[in-house]
Amino acid sequence: MAKYAFFLGCIAPLRYPGIEKSTREVCKALDIELVDLKDASCCPAPGVIRAFNKKTWLAAAARNLALAEKAGLPIVTICNGCYGSLFDAAHELKENPALLKEVNGILAQVGMEYKGTTVVRHFAEVLYNEVGVDKIKAKITNPLSYKVAAFYGCHFLKPSGIKNVDDPENPHILDDLIEATGAKSMPRQNKTLCCGAGGGLKAAFGDVAKKFTQTNLENMKASGAQYIIDVCPFCHLQFDGVQKELGYSIPVLHLSQLMGLAMGMNAKDLALSAHVTPVTL
Amino acid sequence: MVTPNPDFARQIAEAGGEEVKMCFQCGTCTAGCPSGRQTSYRVRKLMRMAQLGLKDEIVNSEELWECSTCYTCVERCPRQVPIVDIVIALRNIAVSEGHMFDAHKKTAQNLAKFGHTVSVSDKVSALRKEMGLPEVPPTVLANAAAKADLDKILKATGFCKIVE
Repeated sequence: MAKYAFFLGCIAPLRYPGIEKSTREVCKALDIELVDLKDASCCPAPGVIRAFNKKTWLAAAARNLALAEKAGLPIVTICNGCYGSLFDAAHELKENPALLKEVNGILAQVGMEYKGTTVVRHFAEVLYNEVGVDKIKAKITNPLSYKVAAFYGCHFLKPSGIKNVDDPENPHILDDLIEATGAKSMPRQNKTLCCGAGGGLKAAFGDVAKKFTQTNLENMKASGAQYIIDVCPFCHLQFDGVQKELGYSIPVLHLSQLMGLAMGMNAKDLALSAHVTPVTL
Repeated sequence: MVTPNPDFARQIAEAGGEEVKMCFQCGTCTAGCPSGRQTSYRVRKLMRMAQLGLKDEIVNSEELWECSTCYTCVERCPRQVPIVDIVIALRNIAVSEGHMFDAHKKTAQNLAKFGHTVSVSDKVSALRKEMGLPEVPPTVLANAAAKADLDKILKATGFCKIVE
């Protein structure tokens, strides 16, 4: 049985607990063992905390990586932001021994050390690469017939030079995972356009962020999509939170929630009441 | 009249943005930038300003903060300039000299207070309990000693100065 340290991040456990719950249930159904990465903090967020003080970002990320290293497990994240931070930090620390030494000088102050061995994975990529579409299809007990918009977000795929998850301009793995549930992923214009929330835009320039989101929503609507399927709680928060104001009402589900539904999870356990844009199944 | 700052190149390099010198100003970045569709942010212009040492203009600009870090420019750059790393380096310099939006300060304060970038909500805590999840997520939120370790790291790296 594959075993991972489950990195919760911030938005999923503290805003959309249905994403956390459905991830736990879906992994159980797919024989993936999740061990909580206890005592972890924020990744910390790549577009804000890293932009404020890179040293803080790297040292706090190294602390999270060291917790998983001590547990002897690869990390799995359910958020593009966490994936971006932890993957990029692990990569930098592996490539740059002088930087690793400097960070370990800071970790030593709390009695910790990071050797540089933690592997960081994303839930969606683990489902595709480790479980596989065929095994997922075999576990579907409640095939879905929705037309949906697959939303990849940015830090799941990019920078592709170090991530190598999928083609950053024309990705397909999320579409394939979605279609394993019976749902139809609708082709649309500009499917890799950013949701707008990243890099501190949502906090400081909310109106600019909304324009990104609106362009996406317009393309999704034109494609005939009835649901938006994301792989990132922060994109999820953006799409879910701004639609009412912009005059749209396309329900938003994380991939784990879609999989959970297709595997017969109780709708209550998806915590759809936490969603701002109403979700009717 | 603008005054180039020759020391700025060294500062950018120290903050991790040395490769800005690789940019040959083709403009592929600006052409694909989704923020540039909506704002006056021009990636190519920012890279040129950095090369020229126009420090004051950069650290005081709103445009520096209009990048969503989507990496479209990085993917398409024919010179493999790590543009987002350079934006991050420039933002680090701006923040270290006191240029920061209140909304970003709030996010930073959340990290210092909770160990997470968002606050804890009673509504979500109740929902977690109802769903059979631990009411408090098993993170630094559930362990004061772990939070104290994180606090020490924030202090040792100068983060506390930012949140004051």
